[in-house]
Amino acid sequence: MTSSAVHEVGVAAPAAAPAPPAGRSKRRGRSDLGWALVFVLPLFAGVALFYLWPIVRNFWFSFTEWGPFGDSEWVGFDNYAELITDATMGRAILNTLGYTAILLCGIPLAVYFASLLNRPGLRFASVFRAAFFLPYVAMPAAISMVWRIIYNGDFGILNYMLSLIGIDGPSWLSTEGVALVAVALVGVWISLGFNLIILSAGMKGIPVELYEAASLDGATRWKQFTTITVPLLTPSIFFVSVMTVISGFQLFDLLYALMGTTNPAIDKTQSVVYYFFTNIKTGDNGYAAAIGVVILLLVGIFTVLQFRLQKKWVTYV
Amino acid sequence: MSKRPVGARESNTIAYVVLTVGAVVMIFPFVWQLIMSLGTNADVISIPPSFWPSEFKPENYANVFDRVPFLSQFGVSVAITVIRTIGQLVLCSMAGYAFARMYFPFKGVVLALILAILMVPPQVYLLPQYQIIQGLGWLNTVIGIAAPGIFSAFGTFMMRQFFMGLPPELEEAARLDGANQFQIFWKIMLPLAKPGLSALAIITVLWSWNDLLWPLIVATSAESMPLSAGIATLTSGRTITDYPMLLAAAMMAMAPVLLLFLFMQRRVIDGVAFSGLK
Repeated sequence: MTSSAVHEVGVAAPAAAPAPPAGRSKRRGRSDLGWALVFVLPLFAGVALFYLWPIVRNFWFSFTEWGPFGDSEWVGFDNYAELITDATMGRAILNTLGYTAILLCGIPLAVYFASLLNRPGLRFASVFRAAFFLPYVAMPAAISMVWRIIYNGDFGILNYMLSLIGIDGPSWLSTEGVALVAVALVGVWISLGFNLIILSAGMKGIPVELYEAASLDGATRWKQFTTITVPLLTPSIFFVSVMTVISGFQLFDLLYALMGTTNPAIDKTQSVVYYFFTNIKTGDNGYAAAIGVVILLLVGIFTVLQFRLQKKWVTYV
Repeated sequence: MSKRPVGARESNTIAYVVLTVGAVVMIFPFVWQLIMSLGTNADVISIPPSFWPSEFKPENYANVFDRVPFLSQFGVSVAITVIRTIGQLVLCSMAGYAFARMYFPFKGVVLALILAILMVPPQVYLLPQYQIIQGLGWLNTVIGIAAPGIFSAFGTFMMRQFFMGLPPELEEAARLDGANQFQIFWKIMLPLAKPGLSALAIITVLWSWNDLLWPLIVATSAESMPLSAGIATLTSGRTITDYPMLLAAAMMAMAPVLLLFLFMQRRVIDGVAFSGLK
């Protein structure tokens, strides 16, 4: 069954043989329009309906205001003007940037762990790798449950451990300011595995000869790490940073699941995506659409900024 | 000469210690969650914290089914994940192949339009997507939650890159034998693309199973939610009283993906790395 079609083709080929030149010329200036339609159209139709058209519509929505019954009217730049003076939005942007900054601090940690995992002769490397990767595959909404208990102000394990060294820990997830850090630490815990895998792959690409030559010259491990590993790893570090900023701006799951909608600190801790979500839920669609456009702008600005800055610190060999 | 390996072994000891501490921090929440999901509420809230149930209560797991529409949410999760994964495998591999190997007018423009989506955060299209689903009458349905995720710009790009890396000679030979495009794709290229397909399947399953924001927008009734949204709404917005039951629910919600990972570690890690590195 599996090979029958090829056989049929083999049998059918002689029948088509009388016109090889036609086949040849067809191949040269070939256009596979018919087949291309069959192959691309199903995907492109869906992409156009569910992504391209919505993107266009969202821009239009961002200039409208929605009534309670789904009616909308054109309000020009009102939503954007409101957003600029909206303190909640300003706070949400700052929170998102703060969260992203803490996520970025997880990258040096991932570089360090990746360098340990890539030590020659290290045993159980695949076991360690699997352990570090586990949080990345776990459902954030579900693993948040246990973190809520760990972070609990009254009976949480974290505060118990802090109490052993004489520190009276706060109620981590319901204290303003502290909550964002607590959420971000879970973010670091989740993203470490992904960063580790990407950086580890980058490290494997560094020629062993460099280390051999360096150790013959008497360079210490630390020296090798700072003069060979880190500089040659900067392209991978750059990639991981770009991905981290993009995912940092998407902060939502952890806020929703760790803190919850009735948390007293959520208003001061929410992210831009969380604010987008609450506006959709309250039916402020025009405002939500404008927030979506602002998120696009922010992510765009920071990505361009990163690509600009890369020239200053990324070494391409 | 003999000094270096000794020194290397010595400092690897530190590496083992640091890696073990790191691994414990990574794994501890999972293990503690599993243990406490089998205990009593008093165990969870005890000071100092307990690490073993005072009383073994597997019925916490049974209680989940009374308190939450767990089975229907599980069904929704499975259904949307299967639909999205199969849909992406079929559509992305076909389109990816066409973009890698076929010649047709406006190919560059069409590809650029698809790739542009990758640069756009989801919040730019989620609201209009919601309205399309609403207009189709698909709110609170499996197909409504799954539909947009069947079409993936990222998957298409990934499969295109994969097909571009395959040697063209085999296709040339088949073409000379008179095979048509579909036969070449189906009989020759697709079997060669298994590593790419497996990577795409793995990242789609992970994403689909854990996806939260979109299901929260289109599914409002508890029965029609996937597990991610079900678990999140179970704990968001209310005071928790029965911790072990919630830990059991969360455990079961994560279990399929965790088991997939434990049994296919290499493939999952390679798949995610492959998709990250393209």
